[in-house]
Amino acid sequence: MTTVINLAYIVSAILFIFGLQMLGRVESARRGNMISAVGMLLAIIATLLLGGLDYVWIIVGLVIGGAIGWWAAVAVKMTQMPEMVALFNGSGGLASMLVGWAEYIRDPNPGVVTSIAIFFAVLVGAVAFTGSIIAWAKLAERMAGKPILFKGQQPVNALIVGGALVLGIIFVITPSTAYPLLLVVIVLSLILGVLAVIPIGGADMPIVISLMNSYSGVAALAAGFVIGNNVLIVAGTLVGASGLILTQIMCKAMNRSLTNVLFSGFGSVTTAGTMKVEGEVKPITAEDAYYILEAASSVVFVPGYGMAVAQAQHAVKELADLLEQNGAEVRYVIHPVAGRMPGHMNVLLAEANVPYEQLVEPDDVNPTMEMVDVAVVIGANDVVNPAAREDETSPLYGMPIINVDHARTTFVLKRSMNPGFSGVDNPLFFKPNTRMLFGDAKTSISTLASEFKEAAAAA
Amino acid sequence: MTMLLLLFIFVLSIFLGLELIGKVPSQLHTPLMSGSNAISGISIVGALAATAIHGTFGTVLGVLAVAFATINVVGGYLVTDRMLAMFKTGKKD
Repeated sequence: MTTVINLAYIVSAILFIFGLQMLGRVESARRGNMISAVGMLLAIIATLLLGGLDYVWIIVGLVIGGAIGWWAAVAVKMTQMPEMVALFNGSGGLASMLVGWAEYIRDPNPGVVTSIAIFFAVLVGAVAFTGSIIAWAKLAERMAGKPILFKGQQPVNALIVGGALVLGIIFVITPSTAYPLLLVVIVLSLILGVLAVIPIGGADMPIVISLMNSYSGVAALAAGFVIGNNVLIVAGTLVGASGLILTQIMCKAMNRSLTNVLFSGFGSVTTAGTMKVEGEVKPITAEDAYYILEAASSVVFVPGYGMAVAQAQHAVKELADLLEQNGAEVRYVIHPVAGRMPGHMNVLLAEANVPYEQLVEPDDVNPTMEMVDVAVVIGANDVVNPAAREDETSPLYGMPIINVDHARTTFVLKRSMNPGFSGVDNPLFFKPNTRMLFGDAKTSISTLASEFKEAAAAA
Repeated sequence: MTMLLLLFIFVLSIFLGLELIGKVPSQLHTPLMSGSNAISGISIVGALAATAIHGTFGTVLGVLAVAFATINVVGGYLVTDRMLAMFKTGKKD
């Protein structure tokens, strides 16, 4: 029986690998996800064959967890996806932490390698758990998205990490008598997760979520070493690696190092560039904006978190359809860090039935931006800030941006003149070819769309 | 020996993971993240095994682990599927 179970684990590891590979292409992604789900089902069934398990309680756990997971997945709005993923990351991390803990209860005298694995499963699992909860609270605006900084924050964090490591070493040396130490490690790790994420600002959440994703994988990996199970090790490592790669991509897209994101509390201080922003802001009415759009043959939309907040994606798609009927080519340029999680904008636009061929990356459009008649910036700010290119003193300097200022005309849809999340002024608003369309993004877009419809009806 | 084998699997998986994920287009980042997140619910295997522990507290930990891992697995896969179902091509077939 053990052989059969282990063979099943190997098959499910293979299914995870194929599933992940297929997730990398739009055409095959959905099937890939299903294949990976089949792998998971297989691993669960194989484990249930182990015997000696407490099946009644297993059913209780499966039913409760399954119901919550199913309800959450069905009920969540696409705009709330970052929060949801954060919570799922957290529950995975917590599960791995509990597995490590439970294994110690089963065998309070584990070998050295198992003790090390228990320590890491508990540490990383707990950090992924509370870190994700804080990320969720910031994303769901249950707490302020602003970085929370206090004096001596980093020494305190270093002390906690150091303390956990020392306790961990003692635990590994004398595991049988060190149960209280393990409990202290659990508490310290839970606190560490909170402290690690509170200094990180709302706009850096794509990085935090990617990192927590990675941690939840690493925790599963450690749990795999705890129970000596290869499928946990393979699956956990794959997730850890994918989270790490995403983290790296996000950092690169912000031109920041991971340490800078984790420790600097970006946006807490207004370190505005010294370059003087000159020129004046030119507002435009929806009616005038319509005339410009009506004559445009190439239009790009640049969505940002503001589009998600205003729930404007369906209105944008409607306007895009009207523009296309009018003969214009429409594309959506999506910055990797637009929104609050990697790929956030793509999901919202997909929800609004935008075909994925129209969703392009900055590098696809930047070289030919001069050919674009109108760039419509919807609730994006820092990712279109030309200071990132021009002002060496700007905190954003060096970050790859979408060069909407090179388009013939740029509309910026904005509620007010407040600077973006980073607190940095945006010289884009003062450029001669920029027009500000103030107001709620959804209302502005809908007004533009109805101008098109009225014109069509009049014709 | 077994530990060395597990270590070997671990090291190979790192390279496999980096190779697999390296070239994912940015529009798939969210599904990739939630889909891989569902996979991290694999700790459910450890959680199920943990219920075999005798003693009330061990069972409590095991059941909690099962419940949380199941949230991760069920929620993660379903929500990923929901998202991917929305990705449509503009080409007419």
